[in-house]
Amino acid sequence: MIEIKNLVKIFPHRNANKNYTLKTAVDNLNLSIRRNEIFGVLGKNGAGKTTLIRLLTMQLSPTSGNIFYDNEPVEKNSAKIKRLIGVVPQHINFDQELNVGENLELHARLFGIEKNLRRKKISDLLEYLELGDCVNENVRKLSGGMKRRLLIARALIHEPQILFLDEPTVALDPQVRRKIWSLIEDLQKKGATIILTTHYIEEAEKLCQRVAILKTGKLIALDTPKNLCEKFAAKNLEEVFIKLTGQKEQI
Amino acid sequence: MLHDIGTVFWRDWIVLKKRLTKFIFSRMVAPLLYLTAFGLGLGRSVNLDSGSYLDFIVPGIIALNSMNISFHSVISIHAERVYHKSLEEYFLAPISATAFLIGKLLGAVLRSIISTAIIILLAKIFGANFSLSITFFAVLILNSVIFAEVGFFAAMKLSSYEEMAQVNTYILLPMSFMCGTFFSTAVLPEVVKFLVDCLPLTHTSLLMRSITHGGDITYTSGLILICYASVGFLACLKAFQKLLEE
Ligand SMILES: Nc1ncnc2c1ncn2[C@@H]1O[C@H](COP(=O)(O)OP(=O)(O)OP(=O)(O)O)[C@@H](O)[C@H]1O
Ligand SMILES: [Mg+2]
Repeated sequence: MIEIKNLVKIFPHRNANKNYTLKTAVDNLNLSIRRNEIFGVLGKNGAGKTTLIRLLTMQLSPTSGNIFYDNEPVEKNSAKIKRLIGVVPQHINFDQELNVGENLELHARLFGIEKNLRRKKISDLLEYLELGDCVNENVRKLSGGMKRRLLIARALIHEPQILFLDEPTVALDPQVRRKIWSLIEDLQKKGATIILTTHYIEEAEKLCQRVAILKTGKLIALDTPKNLCEKFAAKNLEEVFIKLTGQKEQI
Repeated sequence: MLHDIGTVFWRDWIVLKKRLTKFIFSRMVAPLLYLTAFGLGLGRSVNLDSGSYLDFIVPGIIALNSMNISFHSVISIHAERVYHKSLEEYFLAPISATAFLIGKLLGAVLRSIISTAIIILLAKIFGANFSLSITFFAVLILNSVIFAEVGFFAAMKLSSYEEMAQVNTYILLPMSFMCGTFFSTAVLPEVVKFLVDCLPLTHTSLLMRSITHGGDITYTSGLILICYASVGFLACLKAFQKLLEE
């Protein structure tokens, strides 16, 4: 479904002495994501997870390499592919001038959803994510967990077939986290393909059919959680992760 | 395409609608000051060959006001890009850079037209004489587009809020005074006049003054404004697309 070939992203990086250096965030990546799977992308802070998602969702142009959706290169068919994609970003990025309902309406309009469908979709999704009372609320006034849920609601309005979730469960209480897990599994049952990043390794182990582990932009492992555990003689995925990415923080 | 432009414009309209009354009142302050201080106060002691000083400065005030309004109407994009990151929504959506830019420019033009209407009303109350025409509105729109583009371009390129404020200090503020808004550029020394003649606001003032006073329209001025608007449009598109590299 999604094919990544020799993907490289190098950022110009200005260091303390105001000299430009280059920072390779994604380093010659090759992998493919299958239809209808939940695909986990793991890696320490700065490993390149978010950069990879931004590349795959056309928010960033690669330095070199190619991305294909169903064998079509993204740059050829970006508008069509964008309609298939939903993105839950790592950071909160609402329009601060618009309230909750207006933020969702903007998204619906941007994706060309018809007027008579918009209202219903928005209220259904808000209901689904237990944000029903917040339609007219200022987005700044929502709690952290409510903002995260609203990010998910927004990404789902145009019913994407492929959903990218960049740390969707960070800073959520256990109930909400579980709710989001079951939502992800529901979406998969309905036929969606899901690409997920997380620092909660047990979450990836529970949800994902396959996980990729990145280290400084390079792919260092890709398999089912079970196979990875066997291969590295580990009792769980977290042990595999620590074995592969190193015990100590390397900054 | 039209639908996408409409969506971007819709967002700006929603935001404006929420504070329309505040917007209208705040837009009255500067023109009132200019009209009182320069039109009535200073104007009493200024002798012009034709008409009063008040009549002379009304088109100038309209020109500089539409410059300021349209510039400030788009610079919130800077915060959307740098701090709130809400511009990402537009990159994920299946809309073109052109649609986004045109939508934003239309938002600026709308604000500019509203505030111009306020000035026209105030100027009439102050007893100024001038006439309006379709060409006047064409020049107004052109001027608004140019300075919305300046704001848009700066919002794409600059990294901090301070730098945005400097655009105002180093570009807009000098133009407010030098570009034939409060006095005719004909009295300036040759070198200064040449520099001032290169700036878009000079041509807006010139055109607006001759239109409102029933004089001849200088087509070169119109052409210069069209050039500025077109080059600005392309530069903005490029700057917007360049965001995809970072
Ligand atoms: N816009 C940018 N400009 C310059 N460097 C960047 C940019 N975005 C990311 N980087 C760098 O690229 C590397 C990968 O960053 P990325 O955000 O993809 O990591 P991540 O795996 O998502 O980390 P985290 O777990 O902290 O979210 C980091 O070293 C980061 O500093
Ligand atoms: Mg990240």
